[in-house]
Amino acid sequence: MKTTFTIFALFTLAMLSWGLYAALVGAPTEATMGPVQRIFYYHVPCAWVMLLCFPANFLVSIAYLMKRNALLDALAVSTAEVGIVFCTIVLLTGPIWGKPVWGIWWTWDARLTSTLVLWLIYVSYLILRKFSIGGPNPVLAASLAIFGCLDAVFVFGAIRWFRTQHPQPVFGSGPNSGIDPRMLHAFFINMAAFTCFGILLVWLRFVLERTRQRVEEAHAMKALGAAR
Amino acid sequence: MSYLYAAYIIVWVVLIGYIVILTRGFKKVQEEVRELEK
Repeated sequence: MKTTFTIFALFTLAMLSWGLYAALVGAPTEATMGPVQRIFYYHVPCAWVMLLCFPANFLVSIAYLMKRNALLDALAVSTAEVGIVFCTIVLLTGPIWGKPVWGIWWTWDARLTSTLVLWLIYVSYLILRKFSIGGPNPVLAASLAIFGCLDAVFVFGAIRWFRTQHPQPVFGSGPNSGIDPRMLHAFFINMAAFTCFGILLVWLRFVLERTRQRVEEAHAMKALGAAR
Repeated sequence: MSYLYAAYIIVWVVLIGYIVILTRGFKKVQEEVRELEK
Protein backbone atom coordinates (compact mmCIF):
# COMPACT_ATOMS: atom_id res chain seq x y z
CA MET A 1 0.00 0.00 0.00
CA LYS A 2 2.84 2.38 0.92
CA THR A 3 4.57 1.70 -2.41
CA THR A 4 1.37 2.41 -4.37
CA PHE A 5 0.94 5.64 -2.42
CA THR A 6 4.55 6.72 -3.03
CA ILE A 7 4.30 5.99 -6.77
CA PHE A 8 1.00 7.88 -7.00
CA ALA A 9 2.43 10.81 -5.00
CA LEU A 10 5.46 11.04 -7.31
CA PHE A 11 3.22 10.83 -10.38
CA THR A 12 1.03 13.63 -8.96
CA LEU A 13 4.09 15.77 -8.23
CA ALA A 14 5.31 15.30 -11.82
CA MET A 15 1.85 16.20 -13.16
CA LEU A 16 1.65 19.32 -10.97
CA SER A 17 5.11 20.45 -12.12
CA TRP A 18 4.14 19.90 -15.75
CA GLY A 19 0.88 21.74 -15.12
CA LEU A 20 2.69 24.71 -13.55
CA TYR A 21 5.08 24.91 -16.51
CA ALA A 22 2.22 24.63 -19.03
CA ALA A 23 0.22 27.32 -17.22
CA LEU A 24 3.02 29.86 -16.79
CA VAL A 25 5.20 29.18 -19.84
CA GLY A 26 3.48 26.85 -22.33
CA ALA A 27 0.15 28.64 -22.69
CA PRO A 28 0.05 31.92 -24.64
CA THR A 29 -0.94 35.16 -22.94
CA GLU A 30 -4.62 35.94 -23.41
CA ALA A 31 -5.19 39.06 -25.56
CA THR A 32 -7.84 40.86 -23.46
CA MET A 33 -7.00 40.02 -19.86
CA GLY A 34 -3.24 39.53 -20.15
CA PRO A 35 -1.21 37.38 -17.73
CA VAL A 36 -3.93 37.44 -15.06
CA GLN A 37 -5.98 35.02 -17.21
CA ARG A 38 -3.45 32.33 -16.23
CA ILE A 39 -5.17 32.18 -12.82
CA PHE A 40 -7.85 30.25 -14.74
CA TYR A 41 -5.47 27.22 -15.00
CA TYR A 42 -5.51 26.86 -11.21
CA HIS A 43 -8.90 28.33 -10.33
CA VAL A 44 -11.01 26.04 -12.55
CA PRO A 45 -9.22 22.74 -11.69
CA CYS A 46 -9.58 23.57 -7.97
CA ALA A 47 -13.30 24.25 -8.50
CA TRP A 48 -13.51 20.93 -10.36
CA VAL A 49 -11.91 19.01 -7.45
CA MET A 50 -14.24 20.81 -5.03
CA LEU A 51 -17.24 19.76 -7.13
CA LEU A 52 -15.96 16.16 -7.12
CA CYS A 53 -15.40 16.06 -3.37
CA PHE A 54 -18.81 17.37 -2.26
CA PRO A 55 -20.97 14.99 -4.35
CA ALA A 56 -18.64 12.15 -3.24
CA ASN A 57 -19.28 13.28 0.33
CA PHE A 58 -23.03 13.28 -0.41
CA LEU A 59 -22.98 9.68 -1.73
CA VAL A 60 -20.81 8.43 1.13
CA SER A 61 -23.03 10.25 3.68
CA ILE A 62 -26.14 8.55 2.29
CA ALA A 63 -24.34 5.19 2.38
CA TYR A 64 -23.30 5.93 5.99
CA LEU A 65 -26.88 6.78 7.03
CA MET A 66 -27.99 3.43 5.55
CA LYS A 67 -25.16 1.21 6.83
CA ARG A 68 -23.64 3.12 9.83
CA ASN A 69 -20.18 1.93 8.87
CA ALA A 70 -17.17 3.75 10.44
CA LEU A 71 -15.20 3.32 7.22
CA LEU A 72 -17.83 5.31 5.31
CA ASP A 73 -17.79 7.97 8.03
CA ALA A 74 -14.00 8.29 7.64
CA LEU A 75 -14.40 8.67 3.88
CA ALA A 76 -17.15 11.28 4.40
CA VAL A 77 -15.02 13.50 6.64
CA SER A 78 -12.05 13.11 4.26
CA THR A 79 -13.98 14.24 1.17
CA ALA A 80 -15.61 17.12 3.08
CA GLU A 81 -12.31 18.42 4.44
CA VAL A 82 -10.46 18.23 1.11
CA GLY A 83 -13.51 19.82 -0.56
CA ILE A 84 -13.27 22.76 1.86
CA VAL A 85 -9.55 23.18 1.14
CA PHE A 86 -10.23 23.46 -2.60
CA CYS A 87 -13.32 25.63 -2.01
CA THR A 88 -11.12 28.01 0.04
CA ILE A 89 -8.68 28.22 -2.88
CA VAL A 90 -11.54 28.93 -5.29
CA LEU A 91 -12.88 31.70 -3.02
CA LEU A 92 -9.41 33.26 -2.73
CA THR A 93 -8.22 33.02 -6.35
CA GLY A 94 -11.56 34.17 -7.80
CA PRO A 95 -11.41 37.68 -6.29
CA ILE A 96 -7.69 37.97 -7.16
CA TRP A 97 -8.72 37.43 -10.80
CA GLY A 98 -11.85 39.59 -10.41
CA LYS A 99 -10.09 42.73 -9.14
CA PRO A 100 -7.97 43.45 -12.27
CA VAL A 101 -10.62 42.15 -14.71
CA TRP A 102 -13.91 43.43 -13.21
CA GLY A 103 -12.45 46.23 -11.07
CA ILE A 104 -14.00 44.73 -7.93
CA TRP A 105 -12.95 41.98 -5.53
CA TRP A 106 -16.40 40.54 -4.95
CA THR A 107 -20.00 40.77 -6.12
CA TRP A 108 -23.06 39.04 -4.69
CA ASP A 109 -24.01 37.17 -7.85
CA ALA A 110 -25.52 33.66 -7.86
CA ARG A 111 -22.26 31.75 -8.49
CA LEU A 112 -20.10 33.60 -5.98
CA THR A 113 -22.74 33.74 -3.26
CA SER A 114 -23.67 30.06 -3.58
CA THR A 115 -19.97 29.09 -3.44
CA LEU A 116 -19.55 31.10 -0.23
CA VAL A 117 -22.69 29.45 1.20
CA LEU A 118 -21.27 26.04 0.19
CA TRP A 119 -18.04 26.82 2.04
CA LEU A 120 -20.01 27.91 5.13
CA ILE A 121 -22.16 24.74 5.07
CA TYR A 122 -19.13 22.46 4.96
CA VAL A 123 -17.23 24.48 7.57
CA SER A 124 -20.32 24.01 9.80
CA TYR A 125 -20.15 20.31 8.97
CA LEU A 126 -16.57 20.08 10.23
CA ILE A 127 -17.28 22.24 13.30
CA LEU A 128 -20.24 19.99 14.12
CA ARG A 129 -18.02 16.93 13.86
CA LYS A 130 -15.17 18.43 15.86
CA PHE A 131 -17.04 19.96 18.77
CA SER A 132 -19.92 17.58 19.39
CA ILE A 133 -18.77 14.45 21.17
CA GLY A 134 -20.22 10.96 20.69
CA GLY A 135 -23.88 10.08 20.20
CA PRO A 136 -25.54 10.98 16.91
CA ASN A 137 -22.68 13.29 15.80
CA PRO A 138 -21.79 11.49 12.51
CA VAL A 139 -25.50 11.05 11.72
CA LEU A 140 -26.18 14.79 12.13
CA ALA A 141 -23.08 15.61 10.07
CA ALA A 142 -24.16 13.21 7.29
CA SER A 143 -27.61 14.86 7.22
CA LEU A 144 -26.01 18.32 6.94
CA ALA A 145 -23.77 17.04 4.11
CA ILE A 146 -26.85 16.09 2.10
CA PHE A 147 -28.08 19.72 2.22
CA GLY A 148 -24.55 20.87 1.37
CA CYS A 149 -24.56 18.85 -1.81
CA LEU A 150 -27.81 20.49 -2.94
CA ASP A 151 -25.93 23.78 -2.84
CA ALA A 152 -23.04 22.20 -4.79
CA VAL A 153 -25.53 21.43 -7.59
CA PHE A 154 -26.67 25.08 -7.43
CA VAL A 155 -23.05 26.29 -7.63
CA PHE A 156 -22.52 24.17 -10.75
CA GLY A 157 -25.72 25.34 -12.45
CA ALA A 158 -25.72 29.00 -11.31
CA ILE A 159 -23.86 30.36 -14.36
CA ARG A 160 -26.16 28.38 -16.67
CA TRP A 161 -29.46 29.30 -14.98
CA PHE A 162 -28.84 32.97 -14.09
CA ARG A 163 -27.21 36.04 -15.60
CA THR A 164 -24.08 36.35 -13.48
CA GLN A 165 -21.00 38.53 -13.28
CA HIS A 166 -19.02 35.29 -13.20
CA PRO A 167 -18.01 34.21 -16.75
CA GLN A 168 -20.18 31.70 -18.60
CA PRO A 169 -18.77 28.21 -19.34
CA VAL A 170 -15.85 28.40 -21.78
CA PHE A 171 -16.36 24.94 -23.24
CA GLY A 172 -19.43 23.69 -25.06
CA SER A 173 -21.41 26.89 -24.69
CA GLY A 174 -21.94 27.56 -28.39
CA PRO A 175 -19.97 28.61 -31.50
CA ASN A 176 -16.72 30.61 -31.03
CA SER A 177 -16.54 29.59 -27.39
CA GLY A 178 -13.40 27.47 -27.85
CA ILE A 179 -9.90 28.40 -26.71
CA ASP A 180 -6.37 28.15 -28.16
CA PRO A 181 -5.11 24.51 -28.26
CA ARG A 182 -2.06 25.44 -26.12
CA MET A 183 -4.39 26.95 -23.52
CA LEU A 184 -6.53 23.83 -23.72
CA HIS A 185 -3.40 21.72 -23.19
CA ALA A 186 -2.40 23.68 -20.06
CA PHE A 187 -5.96 23.53 -18.80
CA PHE A 188 -6.37 19.76 -19.14
CA ILE A 189 -2.94 18.97 -17.65
CA ASN A 190 -3.87 21.02 -14.60
CA MET A 191 -7.31 19.41 -14.44
CA ALA A 192 -5.65 15.96 -14.38
CA ALA A 193 -2.91 17.07 -11.97
CA PHE A 194 -5.32 18.63 -9.46
CA THR A 195 -7.69 15.66 -9.71
CA CYS A 196 -4.75 13.37 -8.78
CA PHE A 197 -3.76 15.77 -5.99
CA GLY A 198 -7.32 15.80 -4.66
CA ILE A 199 -7.41 11.98 -4.64
CA LEU A 200 -4.03 11.92 -2.89
CA LEU A 201 -5.22 14.31 -0.16
CA VAL A 202 -8.46 12.36 0.37
CA TRP A 203 -6.38 9.17 0.61
CA LEU A 204 -4.05 10.71 3.23
CA ARG A 205 -6.93 12.15 5.24
CA PHE A 206 -8.79 8.83 5.08
CA VAL A 207 -5.78 6.90 6.44
CA LEU A 208 -5.46 9.47 9.24
CA GLU A 209 -9.16 9.22 10.14
CA ARG A 210 -9.11 5.40 10.14
CA THR A 211 -6.06 5.42 12.43
CA ARG A 212 -7.84 7.89 14.74
CA GLN A 213 -10.93 5.66 14.80
CA ARG A 214 -8.79 2.63 15.72
CA VAL A 215 -7.05 4.59 18.50
CA GLU A 216 -10.43 5.70 19.88
CA GLU A 217 -11.66 2.09 19.79
CA ALA A 218 -8.52 0.94 21.58
CA HIS A 219 -8.99 3.66 24.25
CA ALA A 220 -12.62 2.59 24.73
CA MET A 221 -11.63 -1.10 25.04
CA LYS A 222 -8.90 -0.18 27.52
CA ALA A 223 -11.35 1.87 29.61
CA LEU A 224 -13.86 -0.98 29.49
CA GLY A 225 -11.18 -3.46 30.62
CA ALA A 226 -10.19 -1.16 33.52
CA ALA A 227 -13.84 -0.79 34.60
CA ARG A 228 -14.21 -4.59 34.82
CA MET B 1 1.47 40.16 -13.08
CA SER B 2 1.46 40.58 -9.28
CA TYR B 3 -2.16 39.34 -9.17
CA LEU B 4 -1.11 36.19 -11.04
CA TYR B 5 1.78 35.45 -8.68
CA ALA B 6 -0.38 36.26 -5.64
CA ALA B 7 -3.00 33.74 -6.80
CA TYR B 8 -0.45 30.97 -7.47
CA ILE B 9 1.34 31.60 -4.16
CA ILE B 10 -1.97 31.51 -2.26
CA VAL B 11 -2.92 28.18 -3.87
CA TRP B 12 0.35 26.59 -2.74
CA VAL B 13 0.27 28.20 0.72
CA VAL B 14 -3.21 26.72 1.32
CA LEU B 15 -2.29 23.27 -0.05
CA ILE B 16 1.06 23.03 1.74
CA GLY B 17 -0.60 24.35 4.91
CA TYR B 18 -3.15 21.56 4.70
CA ILE B 19 -0.40 18.95 4.20
CA VAL B 20 1.36 20.33 7.32
CA ILE B 21 -1.91 19.99 9.29
CA LEU B 22 -2.26 16.37 8.10
CA THR B 23 1.38 15.61 9.01
CA ARG B 24 0.82 16.99 12.53
CA GLY B 25 -2.32 14.86 12.79
CA PHE B 26 -0.33 11.74 11.85
CA LYS B 27 2.37 12.56 14.43
CA LYS B 28 -0.24 13.05 17.15
CA VAL B 29 -2.01 9.77 16.33
CA GLN B 30 1.29 7.88 16.21
CA GLU B 31 2.15 9.21 19.69
CA GLU B 32 -1.22 7.99 20.96
CA VAL B 33 -0.60 4.56 19.40
CA ARG B 34 2.80 4.39 21.17
CA GLU B 35 1.19 5.34 24.50
CA LEU B 36 -1.46 2.66 24.05
CA GLU B 37 1.20 0.05 23.37
CA LYS B 38 3.04 0.87 26.64
